[in-house]
Amino acid sequence: MTASAPPLTRSASNLNSYVARNAKALAGLGVVVVALIVAYRWDGTQTTAVMARTVREAAPLILAALCGLVGERSGIINIGIEGQLLLSAFCGFMVGSYSGSIILAVVAALAVAGLAGTFLAWTSIRLRMDQIIAGTVINIFAIGATSFFYVPNRTMATIPTVSLGFLSDVPLVGPMLFDHGPLTYAALVAVAVVHVALFETRWGLRTRAVGEHPSAADTVGVDIFRLRYLNLTLAGMLAGLGGMALIQSAGVFNRGMSNGKGFIALAVMLIGRYRPTGVLAAALLFGFFNALQAQLQFKQVFDIPPQFFGMIPFVLTIAVLAIAGISVRPPAAVGKHYEKE
Amino acid sequence: MSDRGDPVDGTGVGAATSADQSGFERPGEVPLLEMRGLTKRFPGVVANDKVDLLLYEGEILGLLGENGAGKSTLVKMLFGIHEADEGTILFRGEELKPSDPGDAIDKGIGMVHQHFQLVPPLTVAENIVLGAETTRAGGFMNRRAAEARVRELSRQYGLDVDPTDVVGDLPVGIQQRVEILKALYRGAELLILDEPTALLTPQETDELLAIMRDLAADGVGIIFITHKLREILAVTDRVTVLRRGKSVGRTLTADATTESLAEMMVGRSVVLSVEKPPREAGEAVLSVNDVQVRDDRRQLKVKGASFEVRAGEILGIAGVEGNGQRELVEAITGLRSIVSGNVSIDGQEVVNRPRKVREMGTAYIPEDRERDGLVGPYSIADNLVLTHYYEPPFANHGVRDFEEVDKKAELLVERFDIRTPDIHTPVKSLSGGNKQKVIVARELSDDNTLVVASQPTRGIDVGSIEFIHSQLIAARNEGLAVLLVSAELDEIFSLSDRIAVIYEGRIVAQRDPAATTREEIGLLMAGGEVREDSAA
Repeated sequence: MTASAPPLTRSASNLNSYVARNAKALAGLGVVVVALIVAYRWDGTQTTAVMARTVREAAPLILAALCGLVGERSGIINIGIEGQLLLSAFCGFMVGSYSGSIILAVVAALAVAGLAGTFLAWTSIRLRMDQIIAGTVINIFAIGATSFFYVPNRTMATIPTVSLGFLSDVPLVGPMLFDHGPLTYAALVAVAVVHVALFETRWGLRTRAVGEHPSAADTVGVDIFRLRYLNLTLAGMLAGLGGMALIQSAGVFNRGMSNGKGFIALAVMLIGRYRPTGVLAAALLFGFFNALQAQLQFKQVFDIPPQFFGMIPFVLTIAVLAIAGISVRPPAAVGKHYEKE
Repeated sequence: MSDRGDPVDGTGVGAATSADQSGFERPGEVPLLEMRGLTKRFPGVVANDKVDLLLYEGEILGLLGENGAGKSTLVKMLFGIHEADEGTILFRGEELKPSDPGDAIDKGIGMVHQHFQLVPPLTVAENIVLGAETTRAGGFMNRRAAEARVRELSRQYGLDVDPTDVVGDLPVGIQQRVEILKALYRGAELLILDEPTALLTPQETDELLAIMRDLAADGVGIIFITHKLREILAVTDRVTVLRRGKSVGRTLTADATTESLAEMMVGRSVVLSVEKPPREAGEAVLSVNDVQVRDDRRQLKVKGASFEVRAGEILGIAGVEGNGQRELVEAITGLRSIVSGNVSIDGQEVVNRPRKVREMGTAYIPEDRERDGLVGPYSIADNLVLTHYYEPPFANHGVRDFEEVDKKAELLVERFDIRTPDIHTPVKSLSGGNKQKVIVARELSDDNTLVVASQPTRGIDVGSIEFIHSQLIAARNEGLAVLLVSAELDEIFSLSDRIAVIYEGRIVAQRDPAATTREEIGLLMAGGEVREDSAA
């Protein structure tokens, strides 16, 4: 959403070339802005409600999709994001609930999801296990464990929203961007951080090399396996934040509350073409449909059973994947075991 | 040659042992690289057996040998990928024992691998600095510094590249320059080039050889691995020949000839030119009319190719790989559908059904033998009847007759000199040359009228190459039409009765081999304009 900001420190000619390279994205952004203004003029309250909810709904998807993105950019498919979300939401909730400390809750969530990431790296590097199966193991374990240890009727303190002063009073934009729980901000910041890290740092260069052509990285002395362990763990922590984002507003944990978000995140990653900015746009799209269906249900605009509205994100996933999935090129080494000579 | 005494340290001693060559060793000069008695064993094989090697600063050493002779193993020990079991490596007079490639790079050794170690979506500069990045505080890339350094190196060594280009968009020849720059960026004083000309056009090869000379003149030592004698003679200062893991010959290039090197490499005298009696070509067997074919990514890859192959002639299609040869061959053999135009064999139109095309009398030696020519885990016998297993005498009413299969297999193994302990050995355990002989045996023993041979001798030993060439000539002499697709100009020239050149999906020229030159064909393969005054 902050794509109008010039990228880091560049001169005017670089800004021009930046505009040229991102013409489509910027045009899309323009269309969205115009549509928002029109909608706001038409019905300010509704528009504000839907858009604020869009960003809120998008947050866990962004974090989960970034988790998948960092993994695949390093050459490991992670379909266990669903499990990581569920485990971190559960552990975060339990720790928060018993200790009363939100900090401890976040630490617990990061630790458990990070550990699940390490586990995925270990199964694929050391055990040379099929990565799809390893991810499935995480998912099944998460469902079983969080159901088994589930304690009914517990609550934890909700994480308060943080309004950013006068910014939050700006019509539409304020509630949309500057009046959220801390984990929603974290999601937006994570997009910028992962983007810069991936394309502007040594870590990013090496990560992309490892995901595309591991032996090229190996022959110049990059420790592929260490980088994959590190990245999958860090990526897991992003999913951990995503799990916390799931429980931040309600302050409760429900069985199976990740509700397919970990899988939708994979679609978001794909539609976002393995780029953090793309992930942001795609997650907002999904968030928007979620928010829209909630608002339509709430207002009872149509007399249709609510389940049909609830279906929208999933139908959308299939539709968008069918259309967009064809032309997306994943990192070349994804899913392949690396044989060291 | 191999009757040398133990190499003793220092100078002078070895000179007497390498026959009467003057200048083989340079007394008083510390060699850039010296290997003494280097041995590497893998379970069941000795990959390198007491190999010696000597190279001075600013020299190019040709490392010659057939596939499997141990060339790669030898340089992998130098580059820290394998550890030597015995023997020592001296680099500038000091013992070198690289623990891994990173260590070897630090010591000043660079390697350009046969399969490029480049990341296609990254830029030239990113590829070059990968693993040795210049960063600002916090690990941020200093892209400008990297690009400036690449430009500087590129100017210094005359290797023209744009550091901001994306590597995947560059032609193979330029990618190779990036690989060389990658090594120079890391301060390589010794550069290993592993089969660097395998994927290059003749022009690119000439450019590379010129680059190698320039680098050597700048003081870089080069180990040039190849099995192409022409290139060895053109560019190297000295040659080491490996055969079955042993260094069977060390000589100054000035003292070597094509024949002497070939003999060292193979271990016996080799017939380099193929005996081919003149023959009048007959009726057209294969005719290809304005054919268009798509590749796997649904891009038009063959853009209107037309030619004929007549009975009793070999038509050689020369071209750099990736110019539509694969798609063209697959269209002819019924493996790929034809977008427009048509292909006919003996007047019958080819359809997209491979078995039908085979039954029309087509033999097919595919480019990728492991994938398209053989079923690896199946026995040699089963692979030999892959084209006929379903019909008598090999099967009756859907039940296989193994006795007949074995009988046929025994016969072919004998006739085509397939070296195997048993006809029931899985075909994947054979060497490359023997695998190819299994395919050739199967394809050329049938009663066919057309042979489509795609890169039939790629990556196999000289002995098998000779044999397969003689079999193709025999097929031609018996009146079969042979379509030969090859990236090896030597092969095209020694076998073809006519040469067609394919470039970007079109047959751009047809020539009589006697009335053209390697240079002309090379130019046509690279898309160069040649006046159509000598069209065959």
